Amino acid sequence: MEQKTKIHAEDGKQELIITREFNLPVELLFKAHSEADIIEQWMGTKVLKLDYKKHGSYQFETSDAKGNVVVKINGAIHEFSPGRKITRTFEMENTPFGVQLEILEFEPLTADTSKLNMHVIYESAVQRDRVLQLPFAQGINMAHTRLQNIVSKLK
Amino acid sequence: MNLRRDVFQAIADPTRRAILLLVASQAMTAGAIAANFDTARPTVSKHLQILTECELLEQKQNGREIYYHSNAKKMKEVADFIEPFRQMWDDRFNKLENVMKAYQAKKPE
Repeated sequence: MEQKTKIHAEDGKQELIITREFNLPVELLFKAHSEADIIEQWMGTKVLKLDYKKHGSYQFETSDAKGNVVVKINGAIHEFSPGRKITRTFEMENTPFGVQLEILEFEPLTADTSKLNMHVIYESAVQRDRVLQLPFAQGINMAHTRLQNIVSKLK
Repeated sequence: MNLRRDVFQAIADPTRRAILLLVASQAMTAGAIAANFDTARPTVSKHLQILTECELLEQKQNGREIYYHSNAKKMKEVADFIEPFRQMWDDRFNKLENVMKAYQAKKPE
């Protein structure tokens, strides 16, 4: 399958850029990032709090198949411009990975396609590389089956 | 002699990735690690053995207990760690697309 998601990460820098084009109108791409029940479906996480507005905040909690909480995530919202841009912080609680700043820009390409540009800035280049070296897919994979069930139910 | 294990083979398994994530922030005993999984204890031990063989985990004796901790040096050698990270986002975004297409189909404008 074609790999649509691109990551630009230069050596020694404390940032990276994730880009992805979607076969979705920009409104739906934005909706997927701003509504709790939808975020839960594709992020494979539980949304405890989602107050998306300037000075607002959010809290996620990811559990394994057994129901044990694997990681808690929280952050503050700095900009929330519907259909266009979200600026937020992101922190995995009780981990040594620091706080990262995330700037998400939503760009319409055509009436039915759109692009997400996600600029992530870490506390340091070392911090960025530590996060990149994390064996990530874990929580997501565990939630995979559950998600597939949800999607097939929606269809 | 142990077989030389391939790092990417080691991290291809979701349980092993979960183990690496668990010990990323603190060293843990095999028992404490196993308590996080439904899998049988011997299966977790096998995963720990593989991760240790490919040097992603290191063992350290502390009194009677053996603690596992992640080998930061080895992790750093794996420059291609960006690929699993990219793959994770690709999977997530594929799901996002599927979820929203289903949503779109369900609620025609």
